[in-house]
Amino acid sequence: MTAPEQAAVLVDPDEHRGGTGTARFVLKKVVEAVISVVLVVVLFFFLFRMLPGDPVAAMTRDRVTSPQQIAELREKMGVDKPVFVQFGQYFWNLLHGDLGESRLLNNGRPVADMIGERLWPTILLVGSATVLAVLIGLWLGIRAAWRRDSFFDRAQTGIALTLWSVPQFWLGLMLLVVTNGLFPSRGMHSPDAAPDFFSQTLDVLHHLVLPCVTLLAVFYAQYMLIMRSSLLGEMNADYLTTARAKGLRDDLVRRRHAVPNALLPTTTLVFMQFGQVVAGAVTVEAVFSWPGLGQLTYDALHGPDLPVLQGVFTVLASAVVLMNLLAELLYRVLDPRVRTS
Amino acid sequence: MGWFLVQFQRRLGRFARVGAVAAAATLAAIPLAVPAQAQQGKVLRVALTTGIDHLNPFTAVLAASTQIGRFTFEFLTVPNAEKAEASPALAESWTPSPDKLTWTFKIRTGVKWSDGKPVTAKDAAYTFNRMLTDENARTANGNYVANFETVTAPDDTTLVIKTKTVQVNMNLLDVPIVPQHIWEPVKDLKAPETDGLAIAGVADGPYQVTEFKPNEYVKFKANKDYWRGAPKVDELQLLQFKDTEAAVNALKQGEVDVINRLNPNQFAALQGQQGITTNAAPGRRYDELAINFGVQDNANNPIGDGNPVLKDINVRKAIAQAVDTQAIVDKVLKGLGQVGGGVVPAVYGAYHWDPSDSEKTKFDLAAANATLEQAGYKKGPDGVRTAPGGAKLELRLTGHSNRSYDQGVAQYVSGWLKDIGITVKQDLVSDDELSDRTATGKYDLAIGGYGTNPDPDYALSLHTCAARPSADAKGGSTDTFFCDAQYDDLYKKQLTETDDAKRADYVKQAQARLYSQYPTIVLDYQNALEAYRSDKFSGFTTQPQPKGAILEQTGYWGVYGATPAGTENAADSGSGGTVLWIVIGAVVVVVLVGGGIAFSRRNKTSEDRE
Repeated sequence: MTAPEQAAVLVDPDEHRGGTGTARFVLKKVVEAVISVVLVVVLFFFLFRMLPGDPVAAMTRDRVTSPQQIAELREKMGVDKPVFVQFGQYFWNLLHGDLGESRLLNNGRPVADMIGERLWPTILLVGSATVLAVLIGLWLGIRAAWRRDSFFDRAQTGIALTLWSVPQFWLGLMLLVVTNGLFPSRGMHSPDAAPDFFSQTLDVLHHLVLPCVTLLAVFYAQYMLIMRSSLLGEMNADYLTTARAKGLRDDLVRRRHAVPNALLPTTTLVFMQFGQVVAGAVTVEAVFSWPGLGQLTYDALHGPDLPVLQGVFTVLASAVVLMNLLAELLYRVLDPRVRTS
Repeated sequence: MGWFLVQFQRRLGRFARVGAVAAAATLAAIPLAVPAQAQQGKVLRVALTTGIDHLNPFTAVLAASTQIGRFTFEFLTVPNAEKAEASPALAESWTPSPDKLTWTFKIRTGVKWSDGKPVTAKDAAYTFNRMLTDENARTANGNYVANFETVTAPDDTTLVIKTKTVQVNMNLLDVPIVPQHIWEPVKDLKAPETDGLAIAGVADGPYQVTEFKPNEYVKFKANKDYWRGAPKVDELQLLQFKDTEAAVNALKQGEVDVINRLNPNQFAALQGQQGITTNAAPGRRYDELAINFGVQDNANNPIGDGNPVLKDINVRKAIAQAVDTQAIVDKVLKGLGQVGGGVVPAVYGAYHWDPSDSEKTKFDLAAANATLEQAGYKKGPDGVRTAPGGAKLELRLTGHSNRSYDQGVAQYVSGWLKDIGITVKQDLVSDDELSDRTATGKYDLAIGGYGTNPDPDYALSLHTCAARPSADAKGGSTDTFFCDAQYDDLYKKQLTETDDAKRADYVKQAQARLYSQYPTIVLDYQNALEAYRSDKFSGFTTQPQPKGAILEQTGYWGVYGATPAGTENAADSGSGGTVLWIVIGAVVVVVLVGGGIAFSRRNKTSEDRE
């Protein structure tokens, strides 16, 4: 991305031609995103074919199977065909929303179905943890930067860095131990909850607490540190001196002048992180047996169930690409200097 | 957008206040939820650390799923609790014809499906015939019917099965019998609705499935009309845990009542805990050290890249002499297992074989050294022996990189072999890589093992010539690659011998033959490690008795026998305190949020004063 300082001095040739520049920019970014997704699909396909292990052998492990059964399985799964034929078939199916069939889990269920049913629990968990992490992280980051080198700043930065570097599964287990049965240790539903909507909701929230807090504890640090450094970068700017010279109250200077400017790089980073946090849920979902995508990935890895893994990774990679696209578009909306470049 | 940015901090403050209000609202609403959660019968909660693929008994292959089949559907016969031997269930008696090809089962009368319809011989005949005609119906237990000629039900209490050749496991067909009137209309056995309660929930076993949340839990209610008598707990729950540490923690905190598949460290940590009783049951699995003796595919072509010195039985014998199986049990399994002998674990006493004193290859490093010395493998100045051709005795040892057992065994074996002049290069790999290497013969020594059944046929069949893979390394189920005319002959004899004592004798002879050729060293039989809340439940019936397992039996005795220990404790096993804790949690949230607001206000005034 062009440096804003440099961009600001350039004369925008599209300035008088209405929205053409924006349309071209959006189109270009969308095409780039589509190409990225296609590359990811191609890469994953061949990467997974390079892994050791025969899928049919994996399926029939520990079971007495006749050579005829094995041959039928190989034909059914298409692994007897040349790899490029397999790829053509895979890509064609993918265009129709067909991610293939699971090889181990649930004996040939469509991967798209399996991902679909796991998506909502993960969005609930990762989404709530991310929203809380952004709110808490930004708030603490602002406070810490504004009172740089204070005890608060040093303590908060220290805590954030510590939590950021703690392994998630360990933190999750520790929370399980110290809360001593306060919150359920597994899943999203208790078999004992009453079937009415209110009890069910309360039950899910009750189950959500520990995994959400674990993710939150790890997530918020990056938002805090980004916000802190971003605001520190603004603190010596001339416009703040001007604002103070006008006699504005300190918190007004912070709220009206410094924070809005510091939020620019932070906002785009928040978006870019969104796509990646799902991957971070793998270990936490495993510790708390949360029935989401992370757990599906964990199961598929242990199988191993390549079509499921391939499907999950394709979905995750697409999410990252999509979020990056949104971030770039949003940055253009938020920062006039980028828009005019 | 700009407005949003300006308002950001103000909104955070507002968010905190809204949060406080929401927390207070939750707090106020909680009493409403109390009656619903307090209604607990006598509930037995079992922690499941393995997956459930299906409720449909035709397609369920995972261990936990077959357990569900055992709890819900009665079998013709079940292995009894005492010795895991065939005992009456749906069939009151069974008699083979003189030529052993026709088996007549007398079906119990008065047994009912949970929808009230009677269970008859026609249901059993339907179940087996469906398996004979529908490929999908053979997914889970197809091997039991592969040799069936016809299955008929001449009347409601008689079932007649004709087999093509003599089949020894006819008195223990491990097949859940399903209701014909429910399953007959189901055309596609792979359809998702076959896992639904309308189909899989109609049962005649001790428990009946009432709720299934995939990846989360299965809930059962006791079958009050169960022909053996209703179970003593009202409800059974299987709760899925992905993480065994979390499951152990849940047992400690009373969230679950029974747990299995513990590792030795977890087991040790639970021993002596108040209210918890541990159970180390003899296991159904054997661990082995496979030796690549120049393995071949099923067309007798050599495959793989095993070190040729291992073709010499003297080298294999020396390795067996150098492996101290007792030390592996004591050190690696922390004493929670039994020293290995034959491939049928000691839990199946009738078929288990241990070498006699004269047959036994004893741990003796001096003898191992002597064996190699006599066979012409001389020690070089670096302490490593060389083969007569000049090649050094260097072996690769592979195993599962993610199993601490394999890591431990690899360390000990490397040390012992070094003492007899064999260098070992450890190369532990992923499960898939390992199965790839063993299937293609690309190993010298490999740590592996198999779970076995009460019937010894499976454990023995793994070492027949027929179990070897085809030329493209496909279709094999062995990891020993053993192919020996004498062994195969004994295997065939036991398969068709219907006299139990004679069959057991053949089974033992086959194991002795395998042992004497050293294609593999059976290291041990790991105990199945379990623990339960003895302050809440008693009466778990182990199989076999007295020291068998509670869960993952070849029966349903463990959970069927469970008895609540005094109604007071059993009325609630864990989540009654939940509501209280939610209240406390909400109060904590309110205090924190409120405190935060007050704190930020105080800062504001101090900043204003500057």
